[in-house]
Amino acid sequence: MTSTAAPATPEQAGIWRVVPALVLAIAAGWFATFLPLIAQGEYAEFVVPWIPSLNIELAFRLDALSLTFALLITGIGAICFLYASTYFRSDPRLKRLLSLLTLFAISMLGLVLADDAITLFVFWEGTTITSFLLVGYDHHKKSARDSALQALLVTGLGGLALLAGLILMGQVAGTYRISEWVQMGGIFRDSGLYLGMLTLVLLGCFTKSAQFPFHFWLPGAMAAPTPVSAYLHSATMVKAGVYLIARLSPALGGTEVWTWTLTLVGATTMIVASIWALKQTDLKLMLAYTTVMALGALVMFLGGDYYYATTGAVTFIIVHALYKATLFLSVGMLDKMAGTREVEALGGLRRAMPLTWGIILLAAASMAGFLPFFGFIGKELKYEGALGVASEPLLVASAAVLANALMVAAAGMVALKPFLGAQRSPKPAPSDPPMTMWIGPALLAVMGLTFGLFPDLIGPTLILPMAEVVYGGPVPVEVKLWAGVNTALKLSIATFLLGFVFYWMLSRIRQSLDKEVPRVADAAEGYEILLQGMKDLAAWTARTIQPGKMTSYLRYTFLLMGVLVWGAILIGTGGIDLELGDVPIFHSAIVAIIAVSTFAIVVTGSRLVAITALGGVGAGLAVIFVLYSAIDVALTQLLVEILVVVFIAVALLKLPRAGTGRLRIGDASISVMLGLGVTFGLMAVMSTPLDRTIPDYFEAVSYSEAFGRNIVNVILVDFRALDTLGEIAVVVIAAVAAVAALRGGGQEVEK
Amino acid sequence: MEPILAGLTGLLVAAGVYLMLSGNLVRYLFGLVMLSNAANLLIFVAGGLTRSAPPLIEAGQKVPAEGVANALPQALILTAIVIGFGLFCFALALAYRAFYAMGTAKMDDMRLAEPLEDTAK
Repeated sequence: MTSTAAPATPEQAGIWRVVPALVLAIAAGWFATFLPLIAQGEYAEFVVPWIPSLNIELAFRLDALSLTFALLITGIGAICFLYASTYFRSDPRLKRLLSLLTLFAISMLGLVLADDAITLFVFWEGTTITSFLLVGYDHHKKSARDSALQALLVTGLGGLALLAGLILMGQVAGTYRISEWVQMGGIFRDSGLYLGMLTLVLLGCFTKSAQFPFHFWLPGAMAAPTPVSAYLHSATMVKAGVYLIARLSPALGGTEVWTWTLTLVGATTMIVASIWALKQTDLKLMLAYTTVMALGALVMFLGGDYYYATTGAVTFIIVHALYKATLFLSVGMLDKMAGTREVEALGGLRRAMPLTWGIILLAAASMAGFLPFFGFIGKELKYEGALGVASEPLLVASAAVLANALMVAAAGMVALKPFLGAQRSPKPAPSDPPMTMWIGPALLAVMGLTFGLFPDLIGPTLILPMAEVVYGGPVPVEVKLWAGVNTALKLSIATFLLGFVFYWMLSRIRQSLDKEVPRVADAAEGYEILLQGMKDLAAWTARTIQPGKMTSYLRYTFLLMGVLVWGAILIGTGGIDLELGDVPIFHSAIVAIIAVSTFAIVVTGSRLVAITALGGVGAGLAVIFVLYSAIDVALTQLLVEILVVVFIAVALLKLPRAGTGRLRIGDASISVMLGLGVTFGLMAVMSTPLDRTIPDYFEAVSYSEAFGRNIVNVILVDFRALDTLGEIAVVVIAAVAAVAALRGGGQEVEK
Repeated sequence: MEPILAGLTGLLVAAGVYLMLSGNLVRYLFGLVMLSNAANLLIFVAGGLTRSAPPLIEAGQKVPAEGVANALPQALILTAIVIGFGLFCFALALAYRAFYAMGTAKMDDMRLAEPLEDTAK
């Protein structure tokens, strides 16, 4: 083994680089000790209260489904971490990368182990955020930042929908424990909210697992470094949606809507993605599209509502994780050692990189589903399942055959094109990478062969218990390599033949694809339009509501006030029940004087008239106070009104003429609406009986406790003396501020 | 009488709002005074109207006669009038200062905090 290790700087040579990988490997070993327990259909549980008032617990549960994912997360994680520590040997940001990857691994583990829906959601968002940071790892590149944001927005919005869906389910079920949900499926299916919760939960799952039409973020996320893509975007995170669909299928599944939605969305995703995969010349992008394709297949089969389909799906989860992580890591090796991932620029590397080729060949054979690889078993189970699904066997089977044939062609492209023919690569003298990089992928690739040859290692211990958890009942299936000559085998043979044809015609297919379907099904464009639309909407709102004009701000404030007042009147239950009562002439005359004065202030252009009328209004109000037994109020009102008039008169000598201007219809409407609202609101208030508790109390104790005969005064200076103190403070502060404003220190503001 | 005073309150509010929206500092101040008056009247009317029975306790008595006016809204309004007056004085001084600093009494031309080039995109 020729090591190309450049002399590492002392700081980077530290043993800490392999610590995260080691920890994950130990965790994988620990999880593996649960295998015998799980094989018996048992489970392990760990519960502590978290937010008891909301009935939320930190509940974890390890059953066959969780264990499978936990093993994938820790096992493939250890391999990817080890690989990354070599891949980024000379990158000073390795510490950051490993920390983020570790955080991600913890979130992902929490997600698959959580038994409480809210706990699950928290970890779900944890994977979204760490994925955002990892995709944007090369944050100096705009494309990486955009891709990261895209992934965050798409999966983050889906996450919100998921939260709403989970809360709906929790409300209907009365518990947030998922293990209890899966046993009360009928409650959800019979609930009037079933469609709502199904839509919301599936939205979350579809965005996370890159289903059509949300698939576009995943190829974008390939801006992430290769070890990250191998870990997050093939083996673990993108399967979170699939995991949740599988987890909740006993609770939500089994209905027509469920079956058809999953079948159609999955099938569309599968076909669209496999066609796009063939268009790619960048090997990593091509693998990304085949990942989308695989996720579509998983969703389609989980919707099959047939135990063979379920077994096929859960087997394929493991099959896919094994070969796809291997291929991603191998493409990373090609990229690192030969200088490019462009398939057209590579060729004849079989002598220079024999180990890499061997690993890729093993993985690609499993991907194509050749005998005797693990992929073959997965494919046979899928075909067997396709023929018995609840929706439409013919549709599912033909979609599966077509997609698998395209997968065979894609496998051929990865495994053969770079290695056959004349040797060429951008980097001179390519060679196999150091051991720390190839050992992990090699292990995964060999496992793909071992599980194929000895399916009993994994079938009854993991796959069948997992299928039972997902199917929610017994699964009478045998996981074996050779099931005899049956329909599934015939479909397999047809797949291979079709696949070879695709492979040989690949360049021609690609050319015609470029010509015929240049931009078909490019949901990324829709995303761009939507994003731009949101920005425009935000800018428009800001421009309209915050135009920088003071009158506009006032206008919106008063308009909102009017709406609130009218809303309260219209929603309020009590009607208006008020009698006119007796109206003395003198009282009416006072009201008329105030009304006329008010009108005069609004229409007059003369300052003198306005000031006089303002005084008229104030004095009129003072008279009303006197008439209705408020002598102290009237006195104060009169004094204050005189001061106001004097002040305004003095100030007006210095201020310009006001002018009246034309009638402003819009402002007048707002004013009238608010005025009428106050009138009707006040009448509605007066129609309700007056609560005299507090006045009665003051009347009773005014003399006995405070020794005052004027109750109003007693209230002000005794019972509510602190209020009065505050009032005096306000006046003093206003006076000080007014003096400061009038003196002003003489500095003029620049125009 | 109550509906008439409720109508008067609404009229004062409408006039005050219309004046405040005019965009002229002087008329804005007029509007502010009207709105303060309207608020006081609103509290007063909502507290119930009682004619010619001020909340006083006769000499020699320990409690007021039956049916005197509600003292609570009166106390509240007294506070409100004074605070409204303080607010008015401050607003007046501020308006005067703003006029001399910026050379205009048009509120929409006072764009020191949000200059035109910021929003005119």
